Amino acid sequence: MAETIKLSSLAIGASAVVREYPKQGNAFLRLREMGVLPGTTVTLIRTAPLGDPLEIKVRGYNLTLRKTEAEHVLVELLKPST
Amino acid sequence: MSEPIKSTAPTRAPVYALVGNPNCGKSTLFNALTGLKQKIGNYPGVTVEKKMGTAYSQHGQPLTIIDLPGAYSLAARSPDEAVLRDVLLGRRADTPMPDRIVCIADATNLERNLYLVHQILDLGRPVILVLNMMDVAERAGLVVRAARMEKELGIPVIPCEAVNGKGLVELKLAMSRHDLPLSRHSWAIPAPIAPAVSEIAASLSENDQRAPLIARAEALLLLTDQDSVRVAGSRPLSARTVEILRSWEKRWEGQGTDWAGSLVNSRYDAITALCAHVIERGGEKTGASASDRIDSVVTHPVWGWAVLGAVMTALFLSIFTFAQVPMDWIGDHMAKLADAVKHTMPAGDLRDLITDGAIGGVGSVITFLPQILILFFFIGLLESTGYMARAAFIMDRLMSRVGLNGKSFIPMLSSYACAIPGIMATRTIEDTKDRLVTILVAPLMSCSARLPVYLLLIAALFPSTTVPIGAKVGIMISMYALGTLGAFGFAWLFKRTLLKGEPPLMIMELPPYRLPKLRDVALHMCERAWMFLKRAGTIILGISIILWFLTAYPKAPAGTTDQQQLAQSFAGIAGHAIEPVIKPLGFDWQIGIGLITSFAAREVFVSSMGVIFNAQTSDDNTAPLHDALLAAKWPDGRALFTPLVCITLMVFYVFAMQCISTVAVVRRETNSWRWPLFQIAYMTGTAWLVCLIIYQTGRAFGF
Repeated sequence: MAETIKLSSLAIGASAVVREYPKQGNAFLRLREMGVLPGTTVTLIRTAPLGDPLEIKVRGYNLTLRKTEAEHVLVELLKPST
Repeated sequence: MSEPIKSTAPTRAPVYALVGNPNCGKSTLFNALTGLKQKIGNYPGVTVEKKMGTAYSQHGQPLTIIDLPGAYSLAARSPDEAVLRDVLLGRRADTPMPDRIVCIADATNLERNLYLVHQILDLGRPVILVLNMMDVAERAGLVVRAARMEKELGIPVIPCEAVNGKGLVELKLAMSRHDLPLSRHSWAIPAPIAPAVSEIAASLSENDQRAPLIARAEALLLLTDQDSVRVAGSRPLSARTVEILRSWEKRWEGQGTDWAGSLVNSRYDAITALCAHVIERGGEKTGASASDRIDSVVTHPVWGWAVLGAVMTALFLSIFTFAQVPMDWIGDHMAKLADAVKHTMPAGDLRDLITDGAIGGVGSVITFLPQILILFFFIGLLESTGYMARAAFIMDRLMSRVGLNGKSFIPMLSSYACAIPGIMATRTIEDTKDRLVTILVAPLMSCSARLPVYLLLIAALFPSTTVPIGAKVGIMISMYALGTLGAFGFAWLFKRTLLKGEPPLMIMELPPYRLPKLRDVALHMCERAWMFLKRAGTIILGISIILWFLTAYPKAPAGTTDQQQLAQSFAGIAGHAIEPVIKPLGFDWQIGIGLITSFAAREVFVSSMGVIFNAQTSDDNTAPLHDALLAAKWPDGRALFTPLVCITLMVFYVFAMQCISTVAVVRRETNSWRWPLFQIAYMTGTAWLVCLIIYQTGRAFGF
């Protein structure tokens, strides 16, 4: 399996596939319900002017989440060529 | 397949529920279906708006439509979502359980929108699916095959463009059908969870009297609803069902089964498969969309602040300038009306009650209307264009320092104009505790009613004209800064103590920018104004009359001046009574009267001082009052309004909760007297303490 990094350390404009994140907790259940699931591709669009929260594109729409949550989301970087 | 539920009794109009994600165009569709035949209220016990309306079927039959709050999931995270869930499950006694459901999905964002639809299909009631914004989807290169979807799901699927009214006739036709089919959709519940679903469903139908299909849907919901938001007015579950639920959860925890996660996964698997079948991609545009291009400016590290600053300045200027004209007009006409009554009625207590008590009270209620209308017009615009979410996105980092999220920003900022619309705007904050904290601290922002008090006291502070304007402005800015610091300080404190909770989520959609629909914005604005009049107006009127009574009785003998009347009234007696408490702050009983009468509204302090010190002032010229204040003395001959007392008094007005209208609105928005009373206690208590420190320290240094 390829190396995973935190969603919060993704470069702006980079896309990655979600691998895993914590099962418990309100924030993570809501994140699942918003369509961020293991296997989903996400793209980091930008960070807010003060560096937090993050804006990602997932399933064709834009979603914000804080770094504190994004730190727990492990993703696998997609090679730009693919 | 179970047979359709026969709930459409011939005696009453069928009840339709309108449900959908936020930003899917639900309100536009509701307004288009019902026209102005709407009734806006509140779900008893919670501050969630209840909107019902009547539409007419193609055969002219009335159809009742409930516009339920927008939500992403039936697993509730906020009171809004809890109300949606409870109404759909028939858990609320105050609302009829909808017979049929119209789901609205944004065609440009189908997968996420279908998640809620998928949960609703489980409910086993006839569903009509509306695919809104088909035009936008088409322009983005997505072709959604509604007919294929209809075949897959077995329910009517109606392509629609709610903004231009396209698809409305087809929707009404479908709603007029007597034989709406039930969905044929089926999805695989993960194997480890299936037995739990059946056991909980069985208990729900046995112990909680649920219909079989609803029992299954509710069982599924209970499993994802880890920390289900309970709201007042919904029936609790039976003990047996809760027991079964907990024992399964315990078992899964032991085994390390992620039950909630795998349920969500299976739903999305089914949705992905459906979407692959009904959406034809390929023509999709690559590169940045219009929204992305706007956002690269609006959320830019430099330009973002400029845009936010410009929007907020526009909001403020229009509240201050546009609201002033109608507010003055209302004030003038109320005065004229009082004069007219004075001339036509014989003198006496009844006339005074009408002219000074009732007309004055009504005036103080409707004088807020212009500000409320303007603020909600702006908020409506910001929300319907999508900018509101960006403002929250930009401000979240700062607000999170005190434990709030970006959504508290607009209500707190609006409170600089007036806390009343600010507090009413907190309804956009989903988390109950965050909302309450925002309500509690909002009145600390220096509102426009404090301005006349600050101006009067600054004038008394610097009587000579030689003082540079900078010093006056500096004092004014310090007062605003002090209030702001206080608000953030107390928010921080409350989030750590009284209203301790999880850090608020910032998992929020940034919807694409859209052109606002002015009709919807105007409707929203009028609803807000009406709610204010109906729900807070009566309390404000009542307290205004009581306060008037306190200044007008007991009556002084005929021929005495207003000054003597006020001095010997109940308010005057109270002023004397509180003197021992306020003397350590450097205030005497005459200032005490001002504090008591200005509990009605802060600006009343100025007119009360005018009466107490018998200064003939007008709105344009308060100079005689400054002189009168400077001439005022303690009985022992010391000056009353020393610079130190002026400063202390200003600080008192920064912190003290001197506004009955705010009290009334907080009472309405929190549904109890507990919070407004707490607010009075903590704000006025802080004011007293801070003033004590300032005055005594100042005295010790010889001021």
